[in-house]
Order: sequence, then structure tokens, then C-alpha cells
Amino acid sequence: MKRTATLFAALAFLLTGAAHAQLTIEIIGGGANQIPIAVLPFAGESALPQSITEIVEQDLSRSGRFRAIFVGGISPPPTEIAQVNFPEWKSRLADALIIGQAQRLPDGRFEVRFRLLDVPKQSQIGGIAFTLTAAQTRLTAHKIADFIYEKLTGERGVFSTRIAYVVKQGTRFELRVADADGQNAQSILISSEPIMSPAWSPDGTRMAYVSFQNKKPILFVQNLSASKQPAPVANYRGSNSAPAWSPDGRQLAAVLTKDGSSQVYLMNADGTNLRRITFSDAIDTEPFFTPDGQSIYFTSDRGGSAQIYRMPAGGGDPVRVTFEGDYNVSPRVSPDGKILAYISRVGGRFQLMAMDLGSKQVQTLTDGPRDESPSFAANGRIILYATDVDNRGVLAAVSSDGRFKQRLGIQAADVREPSWGPFLGN
Amino acid sequence: MKNALFSALTLVLLYGCASTPVETSKPAEPSVQTPGLPASPPVAARPIQPLGPLVDPLKDPNSGLSKRSVFYEYDKYDIRDEYRPLLQAHGKYLAENRGKKMLVQGNCDERGSREYNIALGQRRAEGVKRMLVLMGATEAQVEPVSLGEEKPRCGDHTEGCWSQNRRSDMLYGGEY
Repeated sequence: MKRTATLFAALAFLLTGAAHAQLTIEIIGGGANQIPIAVLPFAGESALPQSITEIVEQDLSRSGRFRAIFVGGISPPPTEIAQVNFPEWKSRLADALIIGQAQRLPDGRFEVRFRLLDVPKQSQIGGIAFTLTAAQTRLTAHKIADFIYEKLTGERGVFSTRIAYVVKQGTRFELRVADADGQNAQSILISSEPIMSPAWSPDGTRMAYVSFQNKKPILFVQNLSASKQPAPVANYRGSNSAPAWSPDGRQLAAVLTKDGSSQVYLMNADGTNLRRITFSDAIDTEPFFTPDGQSIYFTSDRGGSAQIYRMPAGGGDPVRVTFEGDYNVSPRVSPDGKILAYISRVGGRFQLMAMDLGSKQVQTLTDGPRDESPSFAANGRIILYATDVDNRGVLAAVSSDGRFKQRLGIQAADVREPSWGPFLGN
Repeated sequence: MKNALFSALTLVLLYGCASTPVETSKPAEPSVQTPGLPASPPVAARPIQPLGPLVDPLKDPNSGLSKRSVFYEYDKYDIRDEYRPLLQAHGKYLAENRGKKMLVQGNCDERGSREYNIALGQRRAEGVKRMLVLMGATEAQVEPVSLGEEKPRCGDHTEGCWSQNRRSDMLYGGEY
């Protein structure tokens, strides 16, 4: 009986796996100064459709900031601080410990409560009780991981945020949105023509993107809960691409060629009130707003080679920002406004760079050779980007200090054009 | 190159024939004399509209117009001399067929930023359009667009592949 059940479960997994091939995550570079944390199973969590503590442990490990401590040999798992054998955890070199419990409520929902404990101090740091439906199990686990992350690192966690990316399989293109751990992927758009440049609105409800469905690039803004594609926001003569949201979500910067060369324009999020803000005969492209909404960074070859410039968001004279090398593109400013991430071609290799906007010091974050499309996580701590391995497009993530790396891919498909979504409202 | 020139010349001759009206000042002479029949009275003659070429020159593999692609050096968008006759032929065709429209799609190899390659592909398409307009097309007839690196002809990380993808393609109405 047990064996049949396992076989059935394995088949079911394979079937669902085929329907939406899983974005798998592989850690390929260790981080320094990892916090050793023990995540004990929650009492009663087998009542839930998934193991919350497994998801929490995976989230924390994947961030590179934590090292999971072995939690075997403790039965039954403690649910109250009085039940915790602190010397045992001290001997296992844990700095922090998670204990908790889950139970099914009479109305079919669940209650999950947990406590985060400081092992050396033998005290509670914090804890939360959640009421949730079965369908909210994964999200609850991510929120617990966020809470732990924030309490122990002082930074906001991004485990309950979402990422967008484009999947290419043969001549089939899909724009997908998944949880930050690659699970729960949903299609926003399926097309037989390419899709590129997805951009989340700051409130996470809309996605701007470029589609080639009419044999030329056209700009769309789609509500994520929409059941069909809306009319385009920019379908002018020539090419329409490179959407970037203003921080208040009211405006889009984009690149149009309707007046000759590729130039930067502003428009309302519905495409109205179009105005041009760069005025060169050169290539001006890849606009990106600073988080205070006051400036726009963009790529231009007006000086003879592809470099990054900054201009006032309402229009005005651009100032050049990159001076090393002859190809610096794809500017992205961190959410705190302090770091500029961009791609630089160095000796033929395309690598991810980070410039401290205060000191102007530049750090090389990746080796390439074909890295592109960087996107900051909402907490500014991780940069997601596209690269390729063995001729297959994959996504990769690197911590903003360059120390910790991950790779994310889908079997038998090309993944590209990542965009990390914002914090969700509570 | 020579083929294109020959075809262009042939087209000129055909159109040359068509535009010459049949003279109405003297009576049309019968090409065959039939003994015994009285000579026919003179017939008022009208110019005959040409049937037009039997094979669409846009698709005729013998006509230069079936060639639609211009190729480029890395990071460049200037049109090499070897493509001038091709663009001359297409420019002339557009000049003489004002109802025809063309989409020029500029492409790049895979290296570098996708959005920067949209802009570079656009420059390539724009360059082709400008030359076509010099050769007789109107601005309204030719729309330059970019596919960047999104629709490559081949996918290897080799110069052989890259050089095939650095390209502008000319498509006439009905083909896209």
C-alpha cells in the first residue's frame, strides 16, 4: 500500500512537472559569515499540505546568509521555550533556533505559531501566530523566513516576493511569474513571437513588456489579474521598447524610434501624454528611474561608444557616469539609491559590475562571458541576471557584494530577461 | 551583382515598351497578307495596357528583387558597397510601384544588451530605409523596425553564426 502511494505521488509530481517545468535553484558559491540556525520541525505540521519548516530552511540556506544546523535526534520537537534544551543547541554551534506548532482549526483553516530563539542568551527574539488556508502554506513559510531574516540580519527578507522571466522553448515564448524560490509559476503571456523586457509596476499589480507579435517590437502594460491582453500603450512607427516605471507607478519611460533614432520618451502608464526627453541623433536607450524619482539613468552612444548617463527625470542635460571601457550598458539603481549595477564588456566578456554612486568605486561581480539583464531584489541585497550554461539560457543571482552566487534554470528551455518584483503589501 | 543589374535593365526595357503608345497617325498594317481579300479599312488604334510580368519579380529567383538581405560588420550599421545595386533595385521597384509597402527588419548578433541591440538593429534598418529613399522610394513606403537579437537565423556562439545574424531583411506587404 505504502509503495503504491509513493509511486502514485511520484507520477503525480512528474505530470505536474511536465505542465510547468520547474525553475530549479542551485547554489554554486558559498557566502562568508553565515549565521548557524537550527530549524526544528513544528509539532503537528504534517497536517499541512507542505512542510513549513522545510521551506523556511531552504529559503534561509538559499539566501547565503544562514547555515542550517542538523536537527535530527530531537523527539518530540519542543513547542515552548521551557522545553528547549539550550546546552544541546549550544553544543551543536547554533546561534538561533526556531520552534513552532501547527494545528487544524474547526473551520478547515490552520493555525501556525512559531518562536525565534537566541541560543547563547536562551531567550525569545520574537514570534508570530498565523491563521491560514491550506493554499497559503507556502506563502506563510516565506513570511516566517522573512521575519527570521529581518530579525537576525537587520535587512528585509525577499522570500515572499515574486520574479518574472521569459521562457523560450523552440518557437514558443512565455512570460512567467513565479515565487522567489521558483515555485508556483504562472503564465502571463504565451506567444509564438519573442517577448522581452518585463518590468513590474512598483505596486506589483501590473507588468510592462515588449512583444514582437506584430513582427516589430510593441509595448504593453498588462494587469497581472487580467484574463486577456490589453491594447498596446506604445505602437508607434518603428520600434517601441525598454519600459521603465517611475517610482510612483504613474509614468513609464520607454524608447521609441518614431522620430528617427532610438530616443527616450515619458508617458502616462496608459500611454497618454507622450513627451520626448532625450534629444540626440545617437542611440539613447535603457532608461531607469532612481528610487527618489528625480533622475533617469540611461545608455547612450552619443559620445562615440555605449556608456551610461544620468539626466533629470523631467528632462535636461545628461551627465556621463561610466568612463572605463568602451561598452557599459543596462543601468539599474539599487532600491536604496546607492549602487548602480550595469553590464560592462571587458576583453570581449560581458560582466556584471556594481558602482558605489557615492565613491564611484566599481566592483566586478561576475565573470561572464555572456551576462545580461540585471535586476535588483527589493531589498537591494541580491542581483538577479541572465546568463547561459552549456548553450542554455539560465538565470543567476549574486549577492550585491559579489560573494554569494546561485543559478536558476529550467530543463530543456531557455530562461532569460528576469525582473525581480517588489515587496508585497501586508 | 551583375544579375541584379541585368534584371534592373530588363525591367526598364519592359516598362519602356509599355509606355510607348501605339501610333494612331497611320493605319495599322495587317501582318499577314491574305490573297483575295480586300484591304481592311484603317482602324482607330488605342494603346494596349501591358499584361505585366508573368512571374512576380519580388518572388522570381532570377530577379534581383528576390534577394532581401543586407549583412554587416560587428557593431556597424553602414551599408557596404556590394549592397548598393540590391538597394537600387528595390528602391526603383518601390518608386515605380507607389502602392507597395516595405518593412525593413534590422537584426543583431547575440552579443550584448538585448535593448541596446534593439537600438542597433533599428539603426541598421534605418540605414537601409534612407538608401531606398535616395533610390526613389518615399518615406511613407518603408517602415524600419528592429528585431534586435530576438530572431536569429542560427544559435551558435560562433562568428559564422553571428555574421549571419547581423542583418537587415526587406519584407513587402503581404509577407508579414
